[in-house]
Amino acid sequence: MSTEMLNPKQQPSRWSKAWNSNMGYSFRRNPVAVVSMVVFLLIAAASFLAPLIAPYDPYDPAQIDIMNSEYPPVWINDSLPEFLLGTDDQGRDLLSTILYGTRLSLLIGICAVALQAFLGISIGLIAGYVGGRLDSLLMRLADIQLSFSTLMVAIIFLAVTQAMFGSETFNRYAIVFLIAVIGVAEWPQYARTVRATVLAEKKKEYVDSARVLGFGPMRIMVRHILPNSLSPIFVISTVQVANAIISEASLSFLGLGMPPSQPSLGSLISSGFDYIFSGSWWITAIPGVVLVVLVLVINLLGDWMRDVLNPKLYKG
Amino acid sequence: MSLLSVRDLTVKFAMRDQTVTALNGISFDLAKGERLGIVGESGAGKSITGFSLMNLLSRPGYIDNGQILFEGEDVVQMNDKRLRNLRGNRMAMIFQDPMVTLNPVLTIGQQMIETLMAHRKLSREEARQIAIVKLREVYIPSPEERLEQYPHELSGGMRQRIIIAIALLLDPQLIIADEPTTALDVTIQADIMELMLELCQSNQVGLILITHDLGVVSQMTERTLVMYAGRIIESGRTREIINDPQHPYTQGLINALPQQTLPGQRLKQIPGNMPGLASIPTGCAFNPRCKYATDLCRSRVPETVHYGEVEVACHEVQRLNSDEDRQEARA
Amino acid sequence: MFAYLAKRVIQAIAVMFVISLIAFAIQGNLGDPLRELVGQSVSEEVRQQLRDELGLNDSFVTQYLRFAGNALQGDLGTSYFFKEPALDVILKKLPATLELVFGATLIIVGFSVPLGVYTAIKPDSILSRIIMGLSIIGISIPVFLTAILMIFVFSVEYGWLPSYGRGDTVHVWGYWQTNFATADGWLHIILPSFALASIMLPLFVRLIRAEMMEVLQSEYVKYAKAKGIKPWRIYFIHALKNTLLPVITVGGVQIGTMVAYTILTETVFQWPGMGFMFLEAVNRVDTPLIVAYLIVVGFIFVVTNTIVDLIYGLVNPTVNIARMGA
Repeated sequence: MSTEMLNPKQQPSRWSKAWNSNMGYSFRRNPVAVVSMVVFLLIAAASFLAPLIAPYDPYDPAQIDIMNSEYPPVWINDSLPEFLLGTDDQGRDLLSTILYGTRLSLLIGICAVALQAFLGISIGLIAGYVGGRLDSLLMRLADIQLSFSTLMVAIIFLAVTQAMFGSETFNRYAIVFLIAVIGVAEWPQYARTVRATVLAEKKKEYVDSARVLGFGPMRIMVRHILPNSLSPIFVISTVQVANAIISEASLSFLGLGMPPSQPSLGSLISSGFDYIFSGSWWITAIPGVVLVVLVLVINLLGDWMRDVLNPKLYKG
Repeated sequence: MSLLSVRDLTVKFAMRDQTVTALNGISFDLAKGERLGIVGESGAGKSITGFSLMNLLSRPGYIDNGQILFEGEDVVQMNDKRLRNLRGNRMAMIFQDPMVTLNPVLTIGQQMIETLMAHRKLSREEARQIAIVKLREVYIPSPEERLEQYPHELSGGMRQRIIIAIALLLDPQLIIADEPTTALDVTIQADIMELMLELCQSNQVGLILITHDLGVVSQMTERTLVMYAGRIIESGRTREIINDPQHPYTQGLINALPQQTLPGQRLKQIPGNMPGLASIPTGCAFNPRCKYATDLCRSRVPETVHYGEVEVACHEVQRLNSDEDRQEARA
Repeated sequence: MFAYLAKRVIQAIAVMFVISLIAFAIQGNLGDPLRELVGQSVSEEVRQQLRDELGLNDSFVTQYLRFAGNALQGDLGTSYFFKEPALDVILKKLPATLELVFGATLIIVGFSVPLGVYTAIKPDSILSRIIMGLSIIGISIPVFLTAILMIFVFSVEYGWLPSYGRGDTVHVWGYWQTNFATADGWLHIILPSFALASIMLPLFVRLIRAEMMEVLQSEYVKYAKAKGIKPWRIYFIHALKNTLLPVITVGGVQIGTMVAYTILTETVFQWPGMGFMFLEAVNRVDTPLIVAYLIVVGFIFVVTNTIVDLIYGLVNPTVNIARMGA
């Protein structure tokens, strides 16, 4: 028996460590979480592999024929077999458009939350660590920011931007604008959570000893304090991604987000809305279902994570 | 007939993956007007005993077995209506921390009057008058004004007096006080204890005082139960238990009192900690911390035996009390 | 009392000041007022002259002060499209939006309290599980999609309820036209109100449930049980009152948020409120109207938040307003 054979047992891989941890255990025991995770991974994989697996390229005008518009999905009469989920009002294959649209929605959601997290965590660390006037000023700002709804701020910002630059320029940079506005508007959530952890951790001995050892504030914050706020950050992020996807869809629905030529799920639903009365329900309904399922599984995962990472133990 | 008679009370907690036993076959009696102390470290099951007597355990805890006969009626078998009639009326409870016991959004008056009106057919005004009388009994100045105040406007000591007044509102037969002074300033603790003693004696009310403080028990109670890991390990007259403890754990508790320590000496603490409910050792639960533990102690739970003036659950109580060991224990 | 009030009001004024600065900046950069006034066929000299007359060449501070002064007198400019004072245009649309928010609020309050309390008291019952499951689905469906679904089911498929507009309204006072006076008005407001409520209702059910469950674990609820108080009194007097304190704070913020969601609901249902108007104004680059909307909505946010703070202070005995002022 060589030692190599024994090694995997002695040093379990990161994967098996995670699998056997508390979280892994509760994950395996929770069918809702497992199903949600599988569905989420499927949607995410399909959408990010869209250029490879989508039957058509919805951004390529050469592949779109307006004559093909409003074909229903294949399980309905008068459909064409090459368009599995039918076509939209411009004659694009709905399946391909949805795959590309989901990719956009997910991308915007995740990037916006990354921006939120970056801003919020930095501000929270600084506010908590520096304290004093700066802290109360930042937290006051957070209060005010929170009292204004994100959607309201985003709508006004995007509306004004659109009116200022004209829709052509706006459409070109719509992704950037969306990420920026959803990302900037929601930092207080993170900032408050991180600040609370910093204040709690700051009192503990190891931070003092790190300071005595001569580590700078940056290193103390990033190496010592930040890891302690990871689990709330994780829980917040999940819910925030779901919210960001909804916000993006809402903004696109209002015509303040992704343009119809490069549709996200929201703009796809929006363009289909005009045809709902004429009976072409699938243009709205199918992307709508995809959007709801996507957001729902993320929310379910978030719920599960909150239960696991914030266990309120029995006070026996 | 005794006022309260607890027989073989067993309480369990259904945790996520296992069920743990918090109280394991507790039995004791209380005569009318008698004052009983329950002592032990935290986690011994004292508070759980107190809440069980009122059948007030909240999930995941439940009474698994046993009888709690109060005035001849089994509390364990009572339906909700009978329980409501019992609680606050015939048996009252004083909670540990007066800062969180009173409802912050209701006035003192509301919280007193609702208690009276839940049990007696009274007009609001009659209830108010009774409340004022009871507040006077606990030496609260200008009680009429207090009735209009909210809990946060009053000090901790004041609140605990009000909670004592609420306990006395319906002239109960028994008051269960769960560490009634631990949350208070040291300076007020003695006052509150004195007040409780005075009121219990003058009204002939039975008292079960749950505490970790043997000093308080010796001043307040006639009989004492010592609990460890969900069992009663020693019981008897308070005087005997304080002066001549038989169980090594009780001896340890008494030796750990600051009064027992000479100036400059370290406090003689019992080594180790109370085991968690999920990991109670086999045999005598105290054996890992006991310097007299034998193989028997590690394998079999000791029976309760009558020894000297007390009831004690210890295999080695005889050997312990042979003279030379006695010397050693005292040293 | 006075000091507390003053502190809140000062903060509200500060926020309004920032909003007015933003609004002013938008006004200065969005569109060209000259073109709107005289068109493009005017010589550069005349333009310069007009700029002087209109004060467009004044310093930033002078221009802002003039803008703020006018705004304080209720003059937020004239809508390019409606050729009417922008504030008047908004005030005409405001009642439709407020009634929509009111309808949604009624639905939210009416359903969230009983559902939240029930799921907190009986967390393991089948009904509670169903309610909680529905609530997470509700949170995951965007408002506009709920609205579309409702239209599809109740208007297109079954034709039970109208899908757009306010229907018959009755004039009440000033610009106020109400939906609540005719049967037709009631029918028209049902779908939009439910759609608007659909996002907040599950949030509130979950919030009330979480707070209530925490309160039910508290010592004072245990103590109330130990006093032999009846369950309904424990739930609705002891527990609910403590539950509602945090709910009020969140609720106040959410009323503001609902104004944002009215834009979505009004768009789907063609509801002639100010959210719908705002989107039209954006498409027409009707700058004065955009700016006026921004200020009015900012004002609504600031006022509701201030009022919620005050109510919280009044309801919560531990925040003693009377004493804070002394």
